[in-house]
Formats: sequence, C-alpha cells, structure tokens
Amino acid sequence: MTDLRDLLKRLSETFGPSGNEKAVRALIRAEIEGRVDRLEVDALGNLIAFKAGIGPEPRLKVLLAAHMDEVGFMITKINKDGTLAFSAPSVDARLLLAKRVRIGEPGVPGVICAPVPHLQKGDSAHRVLDADDLFIDIGAADEKFASAKVTLGDYATFATSFSVLSEDPAWPTVRGKAFDDRAGCAALVALLAGDEAYPVDLYAAFTVQEEVGLRGARVVAHRVAPDAAFALEGTICDDLPRPPDEDSTPVTRVGDGPAITLMDRSLVSHPGLLALLKETAEETGLAVQYKAPGLGGTDAGAMHLAREGVPAIAVATPCRYIHGPAAILNLNDLQTLVSLVDGALRRIGPANLSR
Amino acid sequence: MEQLAKRLAEAFGVSGFEEEIRSVLLEEVKDLVDEVRVDSLGNLIAVRKGSGGGKRVMLAAHMDQIGLMVTYVDEKGFMRFANVGYIYALASWGGQVRFADGTLGTVGLDGRVKAGRTLPELRDYYIDTGATSKAEVTQKVGAVAAFWPGFASQGNTWFSPNLDDRAGCVVLVQLLRDLKDVKIDHDLYVVFTTQEEIGPRGAQTAGYAIEPDLAIAIDVTLTGDIPYASPAMEVGLGKGVAIKVQDSGMIGHAGLNAKLIGAAESAGIPYQLEVLQGGTTDAYAIQVTRAGVPATALSIPSRHVHTPSQIVDQRDVAATVRLLDVFLRGPIDL
Repeated sequence: MTDLRDLLKRLSETFGPSGNEKAVRALIRAEIEGRVDRLEVDALGNLIAFKAGIGPEPRLKVLLAAHMDEVGFMITKINKDGTLAFSAPSVDARLLLAKRVRIGEPGVPGVICAPVPHLQKGDSAHRVLDADDLFIDIGAADEKFASAKVTLGDYATFATSFSVLSEDPAWPTVRGKAFDDRAGCAALVALLAGDEAYPVDLYAAFTVQEEVGLRGARVVAHRVAPDAAFALEGTICDDLPRPPDEDSTPVTRVGDGPAITLMDRSLVSHPGLLALLKETAEETGLAVQYKAPGLGGTDAGAMHLAREGVPAIAVATPCRYIHGPAAILNLNDLQTLVSLVDGALRRIGPANLSR
Repeated sequence: MEQLAKRLAEAFGVSGFEEEIRSVLLEEVKDLVDEVRVDSLGNLIAVRKGSGGGKRVMLAAHMDQIGLMVTYVDEKGFMRFANVGYIYALASWGGQVRFADGTLGTVGLDGRVKAGRTLPELRDYYIDTGATSKAEVTQKVGAVAAFWPGFASQGNTWFSPNLDDRAGCVVLVQLLRDLKDVKIDHDLYVVFTTQEEIGPRGAQTAGYAIEPDLAIAIDVTLTGDIPYASPAMEVGLGKGVAIKVQDSGMIGHAGLNAKLIGAAESAGIPYQLEVLQGGTTDAYAIQVTRAGVPATALSIPSRHVHTPSQIVDQRDVAATVRLLDVFLRGPIDL
C-alpha cells in the first residue's frame, strides 16, 4: 500500500496538462521499463506497453487505458504590467481565484488574482469571476521581465503538493492534484508490476488528451484493435456534504470501493464486461459500487467505437473535488480497483465479449 | 404491415439495451436473408446476397428508442433517473413508462417544483410504480424504462412513443419480405443499429465493418405542418417519403439523392425533399467511416418526435418501402 501511495504521490506532483504529458510519460516509462515486453510512444504521445500473456493461444487481447493528462491552463497573453491572461476551459470558475499555479516545466510559480474588490466594476464584486476576469501574477516587474520567464502558449497547472490525510488502515485518505487520472495511472502501473503473468495479452496504454476529447484513446484503440478495453479512471465523488433529510444521490461514495460505470455520456458499458466485473467482485470478496448513471465520459467512450467496435467498460476510484486544486481519495478504493481488474484479467473469456 | 409495426413498437429496446427488439427482429428476418450476425455494439446485421455485379448497399434503421435509466431508489420506492437519449422534461410529467421486465410506472413531479411557475427539469421527476416502500420495488440502479403504451392505430395514423425509429425498422423488414424470391444484383446489408439516440454509435462501427459502396439510413424526420412550426419546413404528414437533402449532421449525397428522386418519379411514388434543422441520423456516422461512403437518408415524416405519442402516416411508410424496392431492382451508378 505504501508503494501505491508513493507512486500516486510522484504521479500527482508531476506536471502534465493535456497536450504536454511529457514528464508524466517519462516517469511512468521509468516505472514500467523492464516489467513489460515492449514499449512504444505513438504520434500523439500515448505510451503503449505490451505484456504477453502465458498459456495456450489464441489469447485474448485486452487494452487497459489510464490517461496521463490533467486539467490545466494555458497562458494566452502577457500584459504590459507583467501579469498573465490565461484560459481554463475544464476548470469550474469558482475554483480559480487565489489558487497557486505553476507554469511550464520549469514550474514558474504564480497566483491567480482578481482586481481588488474596491476597484472592481459594477456587479463583478458579487458574481463568479471566470478566467477572462482574472489574471496570473508571477511577481514580475513588467512585461519584459515576465517574458523572460513565460511565453504565450505555456501550459500551467495547479501547484499542489501531495499530502497524507489519514494513515488509519480502515480509512487511508490522501490529498493531491490530478487524481483524475493519476490514480488510474498508478493502478495501471501496479497491474503491470505484479509477479504473476496474466492469461491474456495485455496492452497498457497511458493515454494523452483525454480531458480535451478522449483523443489519445481513440487512436490507441484503432492501432491495437483489442478484444476488450477497460478505462481506469478517477471519477466524480460528491458524497459530502449531505443534509440528513435530503434525497441522497451521490455519484459515488469514498470508501465504497471502485465505481463501475453502467452508463455515462460516452458509453453504455458492455453487458458481458459488466457481468465479468460483478462476478469477479463476488468471487474475490471485493466491495464495489456503481457510479450513478449519466455523468461524465472516459477513454472507454472512444475505445468502444474503434473499427468494428470493441466491448468496453470503465471502472474508477472515487475522488472528491476532481478538476480542482486538491482532490481527496481513499487508498483502499484504489487498491481494490487494482485487485478487481487483476481478478477480471484472470477470468475474462469469450463469453464476456458476446451480446 | 400494421401488425408488424405493433409487434416491433411493443418490443423493449432502450439505447444500449436492445436485446428484446433485436430478438424480435431476428425472428422477422432470419428466413429472408442469407446470413445474420450480431456485432460487439449489438447491431443486428442481416446480409442478403445479390446475384452479382451489383453494389454493396447498406441500409440502416435504428432499433433503439429513448428512455430513462434509474439512478437512485429512495426509501419509499420512488426512482430518480437520467435520460438515455434526448428526453423533453416538458413531455415527461405524467408519462407512463415500462421497464424491460414489464413493470409499469408513471413519471411524477417533485412537490418542491411549482409547475405552474417554473419549467421542471429531468431531475425534478421520479418514476412511481405505485409502491409504498423500497422493498416492493424490484428495479435497481441502472434499470431502464421507456414510454408506454407501445402502439395504437387509427385510420392511416400510427401512434407510438418509438416510431423513431421502429417505423424505419418496419420499412426494412417489409422490404425484405417484398424482395423475397426477387433477383437483384446488389448485396444488401440490412442493419438494425443500436445506440443511435446516444450517438449515433452502432452505425459507426457497423459502417466500418461493412465498408459499403453506398448507404441509406431510414429514420423519421419532423414535419412543418403543425401549428406555428418552427423552423419552417416543407415536409408534411401523408405527402410521401422524404429524401434527405441536409440535416444538422450531414448533407445527403447529391448523386444518390438524384437517383432516388428519379426512381420515385418514374414509379409515381409520392416523395418530398427534406431539410432538417435539428437532428440527424445514422447516415451522418456512416458517411465518414474509413475513407467515406456515399450516404443519404430516407425519412418518414413524424409529428411529436421524442414525446410519448409520436405520429406517422402509414402511407408514408409504404412509400418508403416502395421507393427502396424500385431503387434496388435497378443498377446503381453513382
């Protein structure tokens, strides 16, 4: 468990917004080199690892995908006064103000600021300020000094250090940025690091640009043409706060185990794979939950439409406050995700792939 | 054809959960074609080999319908839901629904919403099966329901929540029946697609697998003949099969459309030209598979689409069958 926590820490603290996943890729590559038979990086930057299975052929070809990219920002203008204009399409505007950011791989530190309240015009003191109203201050004296450190088009992410919130083995929680989907990446690395080989040929894809349109996964699935595909994710968890007398319909709950997708905006999970995960959970005594249908999208949404179609499903660790500066997850949920997928890879058969 | 329509309309098949309608359609077509297969998206692909020298023609009608998926069952047995496909919040209150296992329910409105003053949203609704406690309810999170009842007819008019696109499925089954023992050159790939209402998804993978020389989707379209129809539209109920000039997803292949118009005129089949501003069909997905496919759609005019009681005129359905029949009996040179 400490290994998984340590891996998650390193992944979480690495810089990797959509389109600039280089550092995450290098970290993961170093982790899995030597544990897989082949490693490739494709045109979009997806890291695709192949690990041959054992046992009689023909073996099923299974693709597991976890995305390396996190939601981020881009510098759109350097103002005369040395502040920076930026865009933040995937981040709720209410999460922006006063947050610390780091820009580019050197990690130039900055803060997201608003004009001081008494200088704000009209109603802007009372409404939510979005990226157009805000600016990033890197402490530069003016435009010239700012330009020496950052450029138009530079990427930025939240600047959040990973921290352990609880070491209680019954409720081991951690906090950090980019759990969506460094949690999935950690799980996938853990699945490759096990000692017991699988009875399937495994393609582990650490994908790019999921957050901007499932783009990396789309091309990986076309290239690999698997028999089945799983997306390993970090997903929405809105279990807190909850007034006691209200209809309680959280999307997922921390501590209830990995959340299996029935249906989201990108995918209706394949019934055979759903049955596989249910049976695996029952047979191995793992607690699982089902994500409330209808929300979000994952790499599985792109993978299942590749070529003639691919049976696909998504399963995720619940993460509170995803797409924000500091998410929280329960390491038991993450560990159970690893165990669930491991068990599924050892049980999957042609019966799970038919309709 | 009306009995066929009733049978298809009453079969359950919400997007992603098309097992029942697929098995009904399989029974209908298996003796009319040379080969049937089901792919990983659940599409039913029925292949009727031609006598040779013809084209590989893909005909697609989607067998899925819009529906509701249970997201939460409360202590009293009321079920909250998410939409599967586009559901009008406005058209849901009081709607009767039926689950895959036959359980019936009514869509109720949350008492906190004053319907006289605000427009409810889908999350303000719940499904009520008449239970008074959770223990009486067999449905779990993930259960799917569709509007009900399935089918009624009156003169030339058919009423059903899922004429979009069971009417198109009727066309393809009837076509295969009419072509029984008829020699045509072309290989027909008759595909009853899945998940059109949430994509189109099934048509995309089926199009990739089949690699047709041309494709025609059969679906419903809106009409411009209701009071204050907005936007204005030439298509009207009972005026014949509509040929897709353009919709919000695609522009119909001009050469293919010209051939279809020619066939309609030479056979005296009533037809109309369709420009649809809100909506698209499976043809949109098939057109851009692989290196591209000449594609268009033939549409059955329908009023009140995506509400619990859509309407079509069965003469328009018959005209669609006849046009395809005439078109496929001759050579197709694009």
